[in-house]
Amino acid sequence: MADVDSTFDFLHMEIVGYFHREKQGRFSEADAMQKLEKMGFNVGQRLVERFTKDSPRFKDELDIMKYVCKDFWTAVFKRQVDNLRTNHQGVYVLQDNKFRVLTQMSEGKQYTEVAPKFLAFPCGMIRGGLANLGITCTVSADVLPMPACRFQIVIQRT
Amino acid sequence: MSRQSSVRTDAKKVSTELFTLTYGALVAQLVKDYESPEEVNKQLNKMGYNIGVRLIEDFLARSNVGRCHDFRETADVIAKLGFKMFLGITPVVANWSAGSDEFSLILENNPLADFVELSQGHEGLLYSNILCGVLRGALEMVQMEVDVWFVQDALRGDETTEIRVKFIKKLEDALPAGED
Repeated sequence: MADVDSTFDFLHMEIVGYFHREKQGRFSEADAMQKLEKMGFNVGQRLVERFTKDSPRFKDELDIMKYVCKDFWTAVFKRQVDNLRTNHQGVYVLQDNKFRVLTQMSEGKQYTEVAPKFLAFPCGMIRGGLANLGITCTVSADVLPMPACRFQIVIQRT
Repeated sequence: MSRQSSVRTDAKKVSTELFTLTYGALVAQLVKDYESPEEVNKQLNKMGYNIGVRLIEDFLARSNVGRCHDFRETADVIAKLGFKMFLGITPVVANWSAGSDEFSLILENNPLADFVELSQGHEGLLYSNILCGVLRGALEMVQMEVDVWFVQDALRGDETTEIRVKFIKKLEDALPAGED
């Protein structure tokens, strides 16, 4: 198995670059974000399926969220979520103070505007992971002072 | 905690899977975006090149290898250190040309293609073509112009996966601007 984790980081950077380069002719910016999110969704979905294939059933929604914040986050982003908050009505806010994909950019305000491009894929991964655990939701992210980042998960009830 | 037993401790395996699945999603997207497999191959090669020119710095910083004195040494470093570090595999270096300017990397297992099956209609697709671009980009940054291509691909039904690398020329250091 690979010795370093940068393999994924390089690939992810290039994928983001690809979609935002292509947008000049092919896609609009929103389209690029959507495609990245969708790819992330596929990846998240498959990863969770592999991770949890031998694990016992989750008790409830909060149990699933705790799993995402601890095990899933550790596996994918190499650390745990720093802060999990919820209003107990289906809205969860996850804060990561050193988010993996943002740590390669300089801290400070210089890249705050481009940073969201790099969050579409992770958002999709989280949504895909949750979808495979039976939770339909929307995931959005905003950049706090870099490299901190906050994800908002809104669960859709039917 | 009752769930403790389910925690995947094999972090390296997880990283590889994350990478493999992400790459798979990329290829799937490119297949949708472009009509011909040749165009997809070209895009993958280009993206690989962009990765290679950045990845070489990471590699040199981590591995402490110096300058290679000949192409055989380069082949060794690529197979035993480069592939090992980033993909966790060690391809076999084989089929040297008489002039020692061309060799093959034989991949027994290809982590990029771990969960992949090519469906009908994608016979022209070189699924792992990104690797060619990575090698070309990385070697260009150490002043070697090479040509890299797939000779065989197990995904397409060949016996093994074989990447051919051909040395073209040594790139001279560019003169600083305004000094000629």
